[in-house]
Order: sequence, then C-alpha cells, then structure tokens
Amino acid sequence: MTTVSLAQPEIIQPSRLTLIFRYMRRNKGLAVGLFILLLLVIFTVYGTATADLKHAYPITVKSKQPPSWEFPLGTDFFGRDLYVAMVVGLKETALIGLLAGGLGTMVGVVLGFISAYFGGWLDMIIKGICQILTPIPALLIQIIIAGSLDKRDVTIYTMAFVVVLLAWMGPTLVIRAQVLTMKERQFVSVAKLSGMGDLGIIFSEILPNLLPFIAASFVNQVFYAVFASFYLAVLGLGPLREPLLGNTIWAAQGQSAFFNNWWWWPLFPALALVLVLGSLALINMGMDELANPRVRKTE
Amino acid sequence: MTPVLQIKNLQVSYYTDAGRARALDGVDLTLTAGEKLGLVGESGSGKSTMALAMMRMIKPPGRIEGGQVIVDGTDLMTLSDQTMLKARLSKIAYIPQGAMNSLNPVTRIGAQMVDAIKAHDEGSSRADIDRRCKLALESVDLSSSVFKMYAHELSGGMKQRACIAISILLKPKVIIADEPTSALDVVTQRQVMETIDRVQKQIGAAVILIGHDMGLMAQFVDKVAVMYTGRIMELCSVRDMFTDPKHPYAQALIRSLPNLENKGVFNGIPGMAPALLQLPGGCAFHPRCSKVMENCKTQRPPSTTISGGRILECHLYSEKA
Amino acid sequence: MSDLLEFKNVTKTYSHGLLSRVSTTALNNVSLKLETEQPTIMTVAGESGSGKTTLAMLLLGFIEPTSGQILYKGKNIHALRGEERMMFRREVQAVFQDPFAVLNPFYTVDHLLTVPIARFKLAKSKNEARDKMYEALTAVGLRPGDVLGRFPHQLSGGQRQRINVARALVLRPKLLVADEPVSMVDASLRANILETLRGLQKNYGVSIIYITHDLTTAYHIANSIVVLYRGAVMEAGAVDTVIKTPQHPYTRLLIDSIPWPDINRRWGETAIKVRESDLSDHPSVGCRFSSRCPLVMEKCKQSPPLFRLSEHQAASCYLYEQNPAIDPEKLSELLPV
Repeated sequence: MTTVSLAQPEIIQPSRLTLIFRYMRRNKGLAVGLFILLLLVIFTVYGTATADLKHAYPITVKSKQPPSWEFPLGTDFFGRDLYVAMVVGLKETALIGLLAGGLGTMVGVVLGFISAYFGGWLDMIIKGICQILTPIPALLIQIIIAGSLDKRDVTIYTMAFVVVLLAWMGPTLVIRAQVLTMKERQFVSVAKLSGMGDLGIIFSEILPNLLPFIAASFVNQVFYAVFASFYLAVLGLGPLREPLLGNTIWAAQGQSAFFNNWWWWPLFPALALVLVLGSLALINMGMDELANPRVRKTE
Repeated sequence: MTPVLQIKNLQVSYYTDAGRARALDGVDLTLTAGEKLGLVGESGSGKSTMALAMMRMIKPPGRIEGGQVIVDGTDLMTLSDQTMLKARLSKIAYIPQGAMNSLNPVTRIGAQMVDAIKAHDEGSSRADIDRRCKLALESVDLSSSVFKMYAHELSGGMKQRACIAISILLKPKVIIADEPTSALDVVTQRQVMETIDRVQKQIGAAVILIGHDMGLMAQFVDKVAVMYTGRIMELCSVRDMFTDPKHPYAQALIRSLPNLENKGVFNGIPGMAPALLQLPGGCAFHPRCSKVMENCKTQRPPSTTISGGRILECHLYSEKA
Repeated sequence: MSDLLEFKNVTKTYSHGLLSRVSTTALNNVSLKLETEQPTIMTVAGESGSGKTTLAMLLLGFIEPTSGQILYKGKNIHALRGEERMMFRREVQAVFQDPFAVLNPFYTVDHLLTVPIARFKLAKSKNEARDKMYEALTAVGLRPGDVLGRFPHQLSGGQRQRINVARALVLRPKLLVADEPVSMVDASLRANILETLRGLQKNYGVSIIYITHDLTTAYHIANSIVVLYRGAVMEAGAVDTVIKTPQHPYTRLLIDSIPWPDINRRWGETAIKVRESDLSDHPSVGCRFSSRCPLVMEKCKQSPPLFRLSEHQAASCYLYEQNPAIDPEKLSELLPV
C-alpha cells in the first residue's frame, strides 16, 4: 500500500498572545474586570512597598484630616492614614479571598473527585451532606459564629475559615458533576485498556480537562469570600483592629462620619469596595463563559 | 422538459483565521421533476455546504459569493429574507442529517406539522390543516395516532419518517435529504428510503440525496454527482457511474467499493483529500491521480459535457467537448 | 492447550425500576471460543439492540456478566489480579468506532501511543518508543511528521482512526476487539483501514473480533460470522456461506436490505412484514424474531435451539428442525478459522 506524500498544509497556529487578545476582544466583561483588578493590584503593591504600614493603625498620625498632599485619602477619627489603611486593607482582603477561595476550591476538587469517581456509598454521603448544607442561609450562620467569637480571636484567618465553612459545597457538586460525565468518556476507557490505574486516570486523564472548571470555581469562591468578608466587616464582625475596607466603613458609620463632615472617611473605602467587587464579578461572569462551552459565543 | 432545479456557478467560501476556504467552487447542476440525484463525496468535499447554500442557510464565517439557484423559475439567491423564509418548505425542503434530533422534544408531532403549515399558509382552516397533516403521516406509513405523540415516543426510524412527512407537507418541488439514514439500521434504512421514494413519486418532486454510501446511491438514485474539494468531478447516470466511470477519482471510488465478487481485495485510494485552505494548483485531484498529465498541475479543467449527457471536469476529456 | 478467550453461557441482563423491576436481556446464553494458535477474524453482526456492544464491553472486562463466565486463558477475567491482570490488559485491546472520542482533547495525539508503551513497558528507551511509534504510523499510511505533536481537533477523522489502529499495531495484542472501526470513516478510507486490520491477523497473529452492522465489510475481512438479534444468536458459520446463502429469516432480511453497490442487485426482494419501529412490545419468550418473522409458526413460542445445517453453518430456527441440534457451547466448532 503506497503512501503518497502530500505537502501537509501548514496549520497556521496564531501565537498564544494573539489568541488571548482575540478572546479578550470577544469577552469584554472579562477584559474590563481583569484590567480593573490589575490596577488595584498595582496600587496595593506600590503602596506596600512605599508607605509606612504602621500608619494604617490607630493613633499614628494626626486625626480627622481631609485629603491633602500629605494624606491623599485623609485620616480618620482614630488617627489612621486612610491611604495606607486602604493599601493594607486591600492586601488583607486579597489574602482572605485567596485563602478562603483556595481552601474552598481544594475541598471541592478532592471531595468532588472522590465522590464521582468511586461512587457507591461514599458518593451518597458526600452528596447528601452537600445537599443538606446548601440551603442553610450562610449569612445567618456566619453572623452567629462571628458574633459569638471573642473579639480578640477574630483575625483574618478565622474570617476566612468562617467563610469557607458554608462555601465548599458549591465547588464539590460542580466538580462532581463534571467528573461524572468525564469518566464515561471513551478516552477514559482507552486509558484503562492502556493499563492505567484509577489514580493515573484521575490525575492525567480527567483532571487536566477540568482545569477551566476548577479555575472558574476558584474565581467564584474568591468572589464569594471577598464579598462575605465585606459584609461581615461592615456589620462590625471583622477583626476590628485591621484596616479592612468593611471595618473602615463600619467605624465611620459608628462615628457618624457624614454628619461630622468627614466625608472622605467612608467614601473612599466604599468606592474601593465597588471596584473590587465589580471587577471580581466581571471576571467571574467572564470565566463562566470560558469554562462553559455552551455559553460561549461562537467566533 | 423544463428543469425544476437549475444551479449555475454556485460559489461559497468560508473565511477563517487561516485564510479563505472555497467550500464550493463553481457548481452547476440541473434536475427535472421526479428525478433523483445522488451527491457523493468525502467529508470536506462540499456536499453538505451545497445543501445549506441551496437553502440559503449558510452562516458566517461562510458566505455565498455567487451563482444562482433557480427552483421552478425563481432564483432563490435574489429573494428577500422574508420571501426566502416562505420559499423554504414550500418550494424547497431540507431533511438534515440526524433530523430526528431536530424534532422539538416538548411539542407533539402534530403541533410541529401544524406550525409548519401555518407559517406558510394563513388561509386554511384548522380542520383542513389537520387533515393535510394526517395525510402526510399516512403517506410515510405512520399511523395518524403519531399526530398526538411526542418525539421521544417514537423510534429512530419513525422519527426520521416524521421528518420526511414534515418536509412534504407543502409539496415542495425539490427535496434535499442530507444523509437521512446515517444513524439508522440497515433494515430501517431500507424502509426510510422506500418511503422517500414513494412520497417523491406522489408529489412529483425532485430529490437530492447527499451521502457517501455508494450502495445506497446504486439502489435509489437516477443520476450521481461525485464531488471533490467543492467541485463536481463527474455527473452521470447511476448505471454509467457503476459500469463505466470516466473520471479517475470516480473510478478509484468505484474500485474501492467492497462487493461479493472480490472478497479480500482492498483497493483504497492512496493519499488524502487536501485541506481546502491549501488546494493544489490546477486540478485538485492531480496529486492522487493515476493518469495525471502536465497541464493537470496548472490548469483547472473546464466542465465538459460528453456524449450521453455526462459532465466531467478532467483534462482527459476536455477536448472532446 | 487452553483457549485464548472463552464465553461460557454468558447472559447479561439490565434491570431498572424501583418497585416493579423491569429487566432487559442484552445477551442471552451466548457461548464462544477463540483459540490461540490459529488467529482468525470473527464477525459479530447485528443491528442496534442486538447485544453486540454489550458483547464487546464484556470481552474487554468493562462490565460483568449476570451469569456465566468469561475466561481468558482458562481464568475468569474478573478474578485476575496484579501481573496476570496486566497481561490480560496487554493482550486484549480494542479499536472503537468514534475516532474523536478516544482521544483526550487535552493532549496531543502522541499521548494515545505513549501511554500504553510506557505502562506495558514496550520500549526500553525514548528512542525505541519513538521508533515503534513511527513504524506503526507508517504502517497505517500516515507520515509521522504530519500527525505527531498535533491535537485531535487538528486532524481529520480518517487520520484519527488510523492513529487508533496504529495504537493496536504498537501493542500487538493477541485479541483485538474492533467495534465498528470504519463506520465513521469515509468510504475511500475504509478499504485502507480494513486492509491494515487484516494485515494484523496475517502478519502478527492477532485474532480479531469485528463487530459491525455492515455486512459488506464483514464479508471482506472475516472468516466466520455470528449474527445476533436482541441478544440471541440467530445464525452462525463461515462468512461466505452465511452471507451468500443465508438460512435464518432474520439473516435473509438483513442481507436483503443491504444496499449493495451493484446496479443489478436490487434490494427489497423480501418484504418487511412488520415494521420494527411500530412494535412496542417484544416477545420475551420464545424466538426473539418471531414478531417480525414472515414465516412464524406456533412452536416459535419456544426458543429454538441451534440447528446445524452443514459443516460451517447453523441457524436457530424451527424451519430447520430436521437437522441435528447443537449445544450453544459448541458454537465455535462451526466457525472456520
């Protein structure tokens, strides 16, 4: 049997960068969200590197100063430099978000995989717990837990933990559903025929294909964690000494900042809050389009 | 006898990141009422694009770039979108591949048929429409109780026949069946093809059967057109195609078919069909052709008609016009 | 001398429903044997619902039989462990129907070949592995440079299926289950792939079980044939005899409905008595084909045994009850090699 060699058409692969730019053009939400986030990150990094971080804490600078060249965002009643406070606050928010988000996603991946791949009673238990916990109003439980903690025990780490407690079910169920479909795919059967064991199949065959979902899940978790940390802080349930954005707003409200004409105190944190949540929301929605091929608009 | 379908120089291209792919590159075709044409070719040959182009259902990045599709005297390419909407199903009907999956799963079959008629014909009374639908169902050998059933209650063959019934409701002049039986078993396939044959005779339509199963063509059609990279390489009667194919590609295709005489002999066609984005110059088949000549590499052969109404695109015959 | 693979009275039923268990029999008491020294190509032919896919899944060990045993070299495949199980996996391979579904979209197509080479230790070095891959790819008519390093969606269906067959070549199994390997491939490529499969049998001693509904290709490649209908064996024997002179009414209907690419052979000489699709209930006792059979008789309410019609043909139909009946286990004796 002869093989006629034809000049195989060069499959012109546009460079990775071009592909990314093209995608951004289509998915404007994702692009805008990422851009805003990037600005926030640059702001935070620059601030952390240049400012004296001690000024984010009470009684370090002259209090009640409006925005000026020395204090770009003014100072508050307690003597914090609000610009430094914002820098540190954003950094800590990011920490909570990444910690809680990462933890929630990891739990989701591990439990989701175990549940879907091995099935049986393990699956029933995990699925059952998820389904029972999901309808519980997380806000309520978080407030109760955070409210009953001794004020000194509340740190950003405990906040992250409180947030994750009722957030891990989402990723678990989503990942489980994806693994259930994946494991029926024929390339998994072929991998079995090629001598691969269960663990090998999970890690080399199924997991790589789930990376978009896991990434989307992660972004979702981060968004949710940041949001939760905000509302808990705004209610006064956060680690009060830390200059979290929510804490600042809560403190400002407690001192009737607007009535006292300290308008800059709650305003800038509020604006920052909008930007942070907005950008995360846009990225979250954008990721949904990336991870869910059906939602994806065709080229 | 005036032809019911005339396609002249149809051209369709797809514009991709990597360039322009000429899916159809100047296709000509003529059919009279009651005639059955088989359109065969490998994947990428352009046969499904042809069907979509005739129905004006090509979506971007594809574009119809030229040519005429004249059905019963009207050039479909010149119609407004609104008029084309009406023309679909009433003048030209399309049974897509896996048509059974295009049935609406949440409405009854009868409701879908009624919708189809209502979209084209405001006048008739409900009773009249119902009667026409039930008649259509009977002509495809389905009992009228199917009218009230849902798609999931029917088997694959029944669903396909329901789709055929929908396609003949408005008595179109041309029916395009795009691999109507590819998902069906051999026995069901025969039933469905016999059904298409029967309804076609009843309403006197012309049928274009698109597929790659040459056996099906041998049993069903009157004429066969072999497509390759968007061009029709040979068009002739089905008997001629199987007994005396002239184009080297058609010859290779016929030779590669398994039959009961040549057990164990395999005659594959060497090489592979080229990608549309990188077509060889001249005749697209020349790299794989056993009878290639010098001018095949540079000049695309013109479409030539030889004795017996056979149309060929091959330099071996281009002088014999 | 034990047989390579043996099906002993294998039945597979699926049941669903919570309160009233409704069960469907996918395979009913099928017995088969394949020997080691004489590699052969056997076709299991049937339409959808015949049980041929279930047979493939059972053969590969993906599902367990409800009753009966599947033996590989004398041992029950579901009892194999460790080294022996790896051996089984190595020696029993498959080529599936859908060339795209078997490729993991995350990896290049090389992954399909490199994984088994690594897992079964078929090569001692990277270079040796590459050589084996090149050899197999060339043998199926591909240029290794054209396909290695590419992703599945960048190749055509025909190329992908050829890579699948190349995988089988690299593994050199003893038994290859080919489940509709050419049905999703263009007609012009089918001949190439079938020729490669036959080459596997002739040159490398691989036995092939070719599962299909397309009797034209089966005729060309196989030596013996087993015709299934709804889980039961209707007819079996040498492929020439069964296809040219079918005896069972179902086989006759099947052969007759094949659109042969031959102008002079018209299909439809046998009338289709009852349209399959219009039946809502199938007989659960007796001959599985009785509700569609144009020659049905009263006694067909009892399952007919296999009657031997000649040295290499048997049909399970009461039309032939004058012939000697044979046990289902002896089915393999009919099948020539």
